[in-house]
Amino acid sequence: MRVCNQVRAVAKREWSAYFNSPVAYIFIIIFLALAGFFTFSVSNFYEAGQADLSRFFFWHPWLYLILVPAVAMRLWAEERRLGTMELLFTSAVTPGQAILGKWLAAWAFLALALALTFPIPLTAAWLGQPDWGVIAAGYVASLLLAGAYLAVGMFTSALTRNQVISFILAVVLGLFLILAGFQPVTELLSQWAPGWLVDGVAAFSFMPHYEAMQRGVLDLRDFVYFGSVVGFMLFLTHLVLGNRSGR
Amino acid sequence: MIKVEHLVKKFGLRTAVDDVSFGVEKGTVLGFLGPNGAGKTTTIRMIAGYLPPTSGTVMVNGVDVVANPVAAQRQIGYMPENTPLYDDMTVSGFLRFIAELRGLRGKARDQRVADIMERCMLTSVRHQPVDTLSKGYRRRTGLAQTLLHDPAVLLLDEPTEGLDPNQKQVVREMIEQMAKDKIIMLSTHVLEEVEALCTRIMIISEGRLKLDSTPEDLKKRSASYNTLTLDVVAPGADPATVLAQIPDVAQVDVVQRAGDKHVLRLIPRDKQSLAVSAIEVATQHKWLVTELRADPGRLDDVFRDVTTTADVIRQSA
Ligand SMILES: Nc1ncnc2c1ncn2[C@@H]1O[C@H](COP(=O)(O)OP(=O)(O)O)[C@@H](O)[C@H]1O
Ligand SMILES: [Mg+2]
Repeated sequence: MRVCNQVRAVAKREWSAYFNSPVAYIFIIIFLALAGFFTFSVSNFYEAGQADLSRFFFWHPWLYLILVPAVAMRLWAEERRLGTMELLFTSAVTPGQAILGKWLAAWAFLALALALTFPIPLTAAWLGQPDWGVIAAGYVASLLLAGAYLAVGMFTSALTRNQVISFILAVVLGLFLILAGFQPVTELLSQWAPGWLVDGVAAFSFMPHYEAMQRGVLDLRDFVYFGSVVGFMLFLTHLVLGNRSGR
Repeated sequence: MIKVEHLVKKFGLRTAVDDVSFGVEKGTVLGFLGPNGAGKTTTIRMIAGYLPPTSGTVMVNGVDVVANPVAAQRQIGYMPENTPLYDDMTVSGFLRFIAELRGLRGKARDQRVADIMERCMLTSVRHQPVDTLSKGYRRRTGLAQTLLHDPAVLLLDEPTEGLDPNQKQVVREMIEQMAKDKIIMLSTHVLEEVEALCTRIMIISEGRLKLDSTPEDLKKRSASYNTLTLDVVAPGADPATVLAQIPDVAQVDVVQRAGDKHVLRLIPRDKQSLAVSAIEVATQHKWLVTELRADPGRLDDVFRDVTTTADVIRQSA
């Protein structure tokens, strides 16, 4: 199908763009190093001696907060800066196809980085008998979380030709989406805000959904949540790109 | 076929393109001429389906660009101003990517890319990253990209801008080759370009179409058109006074005089050709004409005229 071809062409280009520069390798190394450092040193994975990965997955929202915007920032800002957006959008490609292609490529890249953490579950297996179902659920949750962050970063990337601005905006938005449902913050808020409001705001946050899935509870509603965040952010990206000013 | 009707583009309060209408037929190489900031790029972007017009319509081969940009873009090859390219890709990788966007796959894609690289003399640099190309090769890559889907319409925004004379010549030859049974619309502010390439010229200034004509017609509008420069050896005579008697001559200037050798400039009353009558007079007086040049007219005169006066001249080509 012609439509799919174009999505695939854009995705393929974007994927190879990551590996055409050292950025991909640097990103993967930093991601693995930080994931390892937090899991083993900060959370004392060994000393705790527990064969579960909660200490590993606990850090992902914070890792992604910084690292995913770094992956997303060039997606559109660079197209604007180089002027290639004009080339792309006059080559019989719809913005929707281009957006989807780019998002899929970057998501696949994040999936690759996440897959390379496989020594950590192997270590858990060596320490004891982990619940592989929970681990699988944890990985699914982490992948969805990464996709949602990515959609946020893609949106901020479409807003500007400056990658640094795109990065900062994405971190700020991401921070809001974490903190709105982060327990220490919700506890603080519930001291002076009505409970329904705190819960309402928290429902927008990544955290309750991520934490629930991570415990091994795969609820359809959490899938719907992450799907909606991605869909909404890509929709906003579409609005921004569709409203072309020519600069 | 391109059909543009009452095209308007406003950026805030500024009107970049102001009620532009024209049509272009197959086989035309249209030079879109105008000073910087005239609205050339904005017009071309609207035809290419990149910028939505504020009002007006653009049809390309019967497809409404605003209503159906993707279908229209399948008929169009477009090279934006300054040749933006994906700098991190190799030449062949880049062309393969664009070919895929254009719906080509597998063997058909590779074959097409190889053909086009051959035609655009890019084969030797095909493995080179785009950001290491010289300006000439970069421009050729930009041109190659427009040809992959064999479009009926080519839109080239300043195709030779910033190239050295040799590179310009190469690009011009490429455009000439592409011209058969296509519509080519190229924008430029370089006049020699349109003289060399175009069968039709439109001049735009401050967003308005000022003139629509052929290069030959345009030159006739030049003030110096058919001014005759005459080198004549006339012993003991005053050829300037004698030649001024010719009815079609408005004025005779003495450019140079050395003994019996005169260099004279004859300005016609109404841009008529003066060569025949001048030679007749010279033969009658037994003067020796050593050189005779009629001014072919200069586009830059017309260009300056048209883009600095406010009145709109519309003449169909
Ligand atoms: N995206 C834009 N936003 C605001 N103004 C613009 C934009 N693009 C062009 N303009 C203005 O519109 C006018 C026409 O520009 P342009 O079409 O680029 O001219 P040309 O290509 O003939 O040099 C200029 O005054 C320019 O500053
Ligand atoms: Mg321009």
